[in-house]
Amino acid sequence: MKTASKIFTGLMFLFLFAPIVILLVFSFNEAKSTSVFSGFSLRWYRELFRDTETLKTVRNTLVLAVCAAGVSTVMGTAAAVGIDRMRSKYLRSALDTVTNIPMINPDIITGISMMLMFVFAGRLFGFANSLSFSTLLIAHITFCLPYVILQVLPKLRQMDASLPEAAMDLGCTPWRAFWKVELPELLPGVVTGMIMAFTLSLDDFVISYFTTGTGFQTLPIRIYNMTKKTVTPKMYALATIIFFVILTLLLISNLTGRSDSQALNSAKREKKTKN
Amino acid sequence: MDKIIELKNITKSFDGEVVLDNISLDIYDNEFITLLGPSGCGKTTTLRLIGGFETPDAGDILFMGRRINDLPPHKRNVNTVFQRYALFPHLNVFENIAFPLRERKTPKAELEQRVNEMLSLVALKGFEHRSVSSLSGGQQQRVAIARALVGKPRVLLLDEPLAALDLKLRKDMQQELKNIQKATGITFVFVTHDQEEALSMSDTIVVISEGRIQQIGSSQDVYNEPKNAFVADFIGESNIVDGVMLQDKLVSFSGHTFPCVDGGFGPSEAVDVVVRPEDVDIVALDKGQLTGVVTSVTFMGVHYEVIVDIGGFKWMIQTTDYVGVDERIGLYIEPDAIHIMKKSEYSGLYGDYASFSNEFDELSDAESEGAE
Amino acid sequence: MIKDTARRRSFVTGLVSAPYELWAVLFILVPLAFVAYYAFTDNDFRFTTDNITRFFTATSPVVNADGTLGQTHTYLLITWRSLKLAVISTVVCLLLGYPLAYFISRSSPRAQKTMMTLIMIPMWMNFLIRTYAWMTILWDKGILNHALGRLGLGPVHIIGTETAVVIGMVYDYLPYMILPVYSVMAKMDPKLLEAARDLGCAPTGVLRRVILPLSLPGVVNGVTMVLIPSISTFYISQKLGKGLFFLLGDAIEGQYTANNLHFAAAIAFILMVALLAAMAVMRRLTNKYTYGESAA
Repeated sequence: MKTASKIFTGLMFLFLFAPIVILLVFSFNEAKSTSVFSGFSLRWYRELFRDTETLKTVRNTLVLAVCAAGVSTVMGTAAAVGIDRMRSKYLRSALDTVTNIPMINPDIITGISMMLMFVFAGRLFGFANSLSFSTLLIAHITFCLPYVILQVLPKLRQMDASLPEAAMDLGCTPWRAFWKVELPELLPGVVTGMIMAFTLSLDDFVISYFTTGTGFQTLPIRIYNMTKKTVTPKMYALATIIFFVILTLLLISNLTGRSDSQALNSAKREKKTKN
Repeated sequence: MDKIIELKNITKSFDGEVVLDNISLDIYDNEFITLLGPSGCGKTTTLRLIGGFETPDAGDILFMGRRINDLPPHKRNVNTVFQRYALFPHLNVFENIAFPLRERKTPKAELEQRVNEMLSLVALKGFEHRSVSSLSGGQQQRVAIARALVGKPRVLLLDEPLAALDLKLRKDMQQELKNIQKATGITFVFVTHDQEEALSMSDTIVVISEGRIQQIGSSQDVYNEPKNAFVADFIGESNIVDGVMLQDKLVSFSGHTFPCVDGGFGPSEAVDVVVRPEDVDIVALDKGQLTGVVTSVTFMGVHYEVIVDIGGFKWMIQTTDYVGVDERIGLYIEPDAIHIMKKSEYSGLYGDYASFSNEFDELSDAESEGAE
Repeated sequence: MIKDTARRRSFVTGLVSAPYELWAVLFILVPLAFVAYYAFTDNDFRFTTDNITRFFTATSPVVNADGTLGQTHTYLLITWRSLKLAVISTVVCLLLGYPLAYFISRSSPRAQKTMMTLIMIPMWMNFLIRTYAWMTILWDKGILNHALGRLGLGPVHIIGTETAVVIGMVYDYLPYMILPVYSVMAKMDPKLLEAARDLGCAPTGVLRRVILPLSLPGVVNGVTMVLIPSISTFYISQKLGKGLFFLLGDAIEGQYTANNLHFAAAIAFILMVALLAAMAVMRRLTNKYTYGESAA
């Protein structure tokens, strides 16, 4: 039984990693083939860096992720504080339900629903092309918000309710008590929420696919368009770079502090399926 | 002594449930006053009203003669030591204590000097840079006290500050708190459900039950002269029996007439009679004013706790003499050991030891602490 | 004039969550209303049930097994196929993920940490790339057949079959099964298992009577997290199924691309209602099994 379970575990990890290893290996393939390895070369990496269109989408994706993470972190933290102190049980549970919708709903429905609204609003106000960077940003903020709120709320619940009272007792106004005492307590949750929002935004394809206009491409959308045609190992090179960037980030955060790495891990752990 | 805080006809309810019912209380400068009562009696709410965390539904709170009902906590010259300390986990010991001073932008030199004074007052020199989570319960307690005192409040509010400590530490801290209060001359308003703690520390005890003040007095007053059956039962052990006041200084109960020292009741007025267990002497059968049969004897260390059935009513007696179970004994009570109280709503609720057992007592104690 | 601090605080916090409340209504609730609105209107925004009716009645020609031409209900077939593949993928994920989560939770804390990190690493790859990698492995002249050829086996034809779609789904969503099941198992008090042994349970009995019931909430979570994306996916089937196996997600995407927004909304609406119903039923069942019939 012991050996059987070890063999099973080994096979599972083989299953999980085989495609990734193959991807890495063939990104260094000399030839265009993605099934026969004919020799080592950096050809596809060079081609990738000459591909300005793809590099532009990388920049777009980063800009979008930073904006979406920033806005959703601020708004989500404030929302969590408000929800935590909400006195009406009904309002609170109603808000909880609404917050859960983007996490439970399939991405395709979230994407379609926002697209329909944007298109309708566009017709109403007479825009020819109603989908753009702004609609994409709105969509990203919307699906990031619940994850931020869900990271901050438990921190608020864990916090000793007398902490803000103690701060006020010792001379703080309610507003300063929040900044000086509550926010430092919430910070781990806020940071985790922000990292989650950032990675979710980076990774999202489905919702972006429906809510962006032709003028603004993100990297996942670029990959989608590339895979429509025959794929060169150039895309493998791109995937390899992304993979190692993320792996490095993971390692750094693992070395610098446990809380950050936990944040990254739980970001992925709780990340809902993009797909 | 000057009145520093006055509560006038305070009423407060939460969700329609009255927690404080028309409470009036004067707190004097430089006194150690304890609000004592079972959990849920309204003592913590009283404290939170003074601290500014709640506002009264009716009535006024005066601070040195000025109405402060609407004054937010940070503008009150009153500080609180919270039940579970509420130390700021992201700040070290020094910064926790310096918190109120930084809030007031105290100059660096003065700030350091005052924090250091506080550190030596609570005997925590050398712990400045420790994180508060690395401290023991007793040390955290000291930081909380130092932090509340560093801003030189006129009044310090303490909400069951010792509840989380073990017995030995609690005893030490009681003494230390008393010393700090004397050294600083600050008024302490102390909330507890532990009557021993209240008796040993307070200048004044305020006994509260069901949102109403039952008695205000010194430790001796509330122990020796309880106003009603609730106070008599809650503070110390008491035998409370029905009696009839025959005339001044003569009372009849348990089928016998006793000389006593109280007076001022109507002729043949029904009263509650309190006799403390340590005030009942065991004597020979023929010398006793009362006789009874021993139903149980428990060795308590310093004394025996004896339950005696006297005409169907179970008395508790504390004695150093050993008596056997089922033995018939005589009992004698000195006149000044008999305390007479007017009948109240609490009459008949307390004072019979028929169902008494130590385990049961501890059990309900633990329960009330858990509920706090 | 704000009178007391309690109310002052709630005043401040009321303002604080207001932007989110507004945002949630505007960008979560209103868009969902638009799905229903589009589903029940025609191109001129007049009320109609045609879109819904079309979903249930539209037919298309098919070649029957005996070679004759026949008609089939297009979208009902797609729905049936989506459901079938999603359920198969979920079951496979459960069969693979549950024992793996169990083995991991029984290993040393260090090994647990390493293995869980390893399981999460593939998730850091964009799912488009992960899916595409399988295409390179599985296609007729792909790595798998190449390797089999060297061993003198094969070739096997997988790409463009339902099997390929299931493999893709299982690969993409397996971690979402392992993670919730593992987190429940890791929290399980080992003393409970010892107690069960002590009370006379054989190892299989411990699994059946203690571990399985205790891990049920994790399983429900895992099933939900795998079932929902696999029933609504539109990329995996296009790539690994070679577009031969249209699923609900593909249908929605196809109608969107063809600019048939009202019909796309109708399919999305039906999918949403079906998922809500399924989740309600599942919650019922979990309550029943977790707390016993009487508590439910």
